[in-house]
Amino acid sequence: MMSKRTIAGAIFFSIVAVFLVFSALMTHSFGNPDETEMDQYIIDNSQGEVGADNSVTGVVFDYRGFDTLGEATVLFTAVAGVILLFRRLKK
Amino acid sequence: MSGGMSKIVKTISNISFPLVLIYGLYIIAHGHLTPGGGFQGGAVVASGCAMILVAYGSIWTMGKIKEKHLSILESLGAIAFIGLAFLGLIFGFVFFKNFLIGEGLIFDNPALGLSDIYTAGIIPLMNFAVGLKVIAGLFAIVLVMAYATTKKEAETK
Repeated sequence: MMSKRTIAGAIFFSIVAVFLVFSALMTHSFGNPDETEMDQYIIDNSQGEVGADNSVTGVVFDYRGFDTLGEATVLFTAVAGVILLFRRLKK
Repeated sequence: MSGGMSKIVKTISNISFPLVLIYGLYIIAHGHLTPGGGFQGGAVVASGCAMILVAYGSIWTMGKIKEKHLSILESLGAIAFIGLAFLGLIFGFVFFKNFLIGEGLIFDNPALGLSDIYTAGIIPLMNFAVGLKVIAGLFAIVLVMAYATTKKEAETK
């Protein structure tokens, strides 16, 4: 006898699995990536707009600064969690 | 572990620690020119600090620097990073705007080749902020874990 939680979880996970499979099928084909407009724009203009010779850093810290902010937040949360977790063991 | 390892390991760590430090700071400072940046260089420097921690033991290292101070350093890095982003909001009307480009203050040269470090606006400053954050954060994690396990071993004996 399956409980309501199990049924709801099974439905939710099947929806997520179908979503993941379709999104995996809809990405670029493996082995021959085709250029998008965004790639060509960054290759052409990142040196002039950002001023950084390293285009990857230009993308990470300028075009996608929010992503870097999220990474920094993840690291901050990890450090806070570890320090909080191991605080009681010292005494 | 509490007293550290042998004299050979300590000597070799003393010799190689400045080299690791210089290499990591080089990666951070040249983040806008060569592959790498704040995260990667910070990880290198934190690895060197972890080497010192393993060689000298966690109690000695905890006597030299507390994890409170590392936590303060990490928060300072985070505040500098977000503060630079908000300065972009103030001076350039967009969050994460590279407001130093075209202003003629600092880091304002046009990108010409791989040799000019004086370019890219706020990106070197952001690299330093993120590097400080990663150094302090990773070293705090390693230090706290090592110290906690050392105490636990001493209690069980």
